[in-house]
This record gives sequence, C-alpha cells and structure tokens, in this order.
Amino acid sequence: MAISFNAALGSSPMMLALREKRGEILAANMANADTPNFKARDLDFSTALKQATTEQTLLAHTQAGHFAPEMPFLGARLKYRNPNQVSLDGNTVEEHIEQAKFAENSLQYQASLQFIGGKFNELRSALTGQV
Amino acid sequence: MSSLNIFDIAGSGMNAQTVRLNLVASNIANANSVSSSAGDVYKSRQPVFGAELKNVIDAQNAASKVEIRGIVESKAPAVMEYAPNHPMADKDGYIFKPNVNSVEEMANMMSASRSYQNNIEVLNTAKQMMLQTLKMGQ
Repeated sequence: MAISFNAALGSSPMMLALREKRGEILAANMANADTPNFKARDLDFSTALKQATTEQTLLAHTQAGHFAPEMPFLGARLKYRNPNQVSLDGNTVEEHIEQAKFAENSLQYQASLQFIGGKFNELRSALTGQV
Repeated sequence: MSSLNIFDIAGSGMNAQTVRLNLVASNIANANSVSSSAGDVYKSRQPVFGAELKNVIDAQNAASKVEIRGIVESKAPAVMEYAPNHPMADKDGYIFKPNVNSVEEMANMMSASRSYQNNIEVLNTAKQMMLQTLKMGQ
C-alpha cells in the first residue's frame, strides 16, 4: 500500500499557496499606498479555495502559442476594495486596513503550515510505529 | 520561487519612497538658494509614482510593483524679493528664491518615512513566513 501525500495532506497545501498569493496582493497594495489612481485589490478567498479544490475544466491547448494557466486558482478574479474614505488622487489603499488584512493572512498562513507539519509528524509516527 | 515576489514588491515600494525622501532632502537643502533670475532659480522637485504593469500578461490579476514614472519640477512661480543690497540682485534690485514650501516638504517627508516603514514591516513578516516554510515538517 502506497502512502499518498496528496490524500494525507488534504487541502492544506492549496491553502498555503492561496495565502501566499493573497500576501503578495496585499503587499502590492501597501507598496502602492502613495501611487495616484491605484485601486486596492484583494482575493476572494472562499471562492478561490472552492475553485482550487474542485476539479475544473481547463482550456485545451491545441497550439504551441496558447497560454497555460500557471495554477488553477489564479482563475479566481481579484476584486477591488471599496474604500471607507475616498482620496483626491483616486488611490483607494487604506493602510490600516491593508495592515490588518496582511497580519490576518500571515497568521492563517502559519496555521496552514502547522497543519501540514502535524500531518508529517503523524505520517512519521505511522511509519516508525513508535509513539 | 514565486514567494520571493513579496520581497520584490516591498523592495520596489521602498525604492520609490527612498527617491521621494531624496527629493525632499534636495528641496529642503535648496530652499534658500537664491538666484538673480527666475529661470535659473531652483524649483521644487516631486516624483511621480505609478503601478508597474509592463511584462504582465494578466494586468487585472497581477500584483504590481511601484515604479517612478518621472520627476517633475513644480510650476509654481519663484518667490521674488526686493533686496537691492544683495550681491545676487538683478538690475532692478530683485532676488529670486525657490518655490519650495517647507511645511509641505516636512509633511511629505513624514509620509514617505511612514510608507517606508510599512514596507519594511511587510518584508519582515514575509521573511518570517518563508523561514517557517523552510522548517516545514521538521
């Protein structure tokens, strides 16, 4: 009987990848906090996770020039954030909100990491047969 | 490794803010450089930030870095002052002072340094996340 890492780890690796992607987007929002006309964006996490975990039909590549989607979850479109307060230069980044979201996101990233670590420990104890 | 993107993005933000801080320093340092004609006098300089979207296939879905689109000189008129005894005075007795508004520049400086700190925090958090990822399963 072979051990399937994919089955053992469940959706945690996908969560990790999504959290990483979201961290990138939030970092870009904060880096562009002073850029005129920049619109803050965010990943709709539950929709993205649903898309990433369910099988989805990918576009067929019939020619060499066709783009291949890098990862299936990138199909989830980013949404623009509704600012609480508008600024004159058209920028919708609110730094305190982005900071809070970034902190939340990195904590959730660490949680996913812990789950994966725990799974590896379980597998290790199953392999060695020692508690 | 795509996770290093966060470092690139925060780095571009820090770079942009550094340019802004440099220009603030230049403006404040030259606030009192007088000249004898309106054309030669130092003019306040400001950076123009933009979101970097080149080399991006899917612009709507990509996290974008910050780029400096250019540095513009303020169009505000130079401050004319009647000082006939000044060695730089023109034939009518006027000297020209730069159009630097030091209150504006101080506020600009604080904003730039806050944004820089913000990017550093992002960088530190991302670094911690990556270090923990390296230790996964140990």
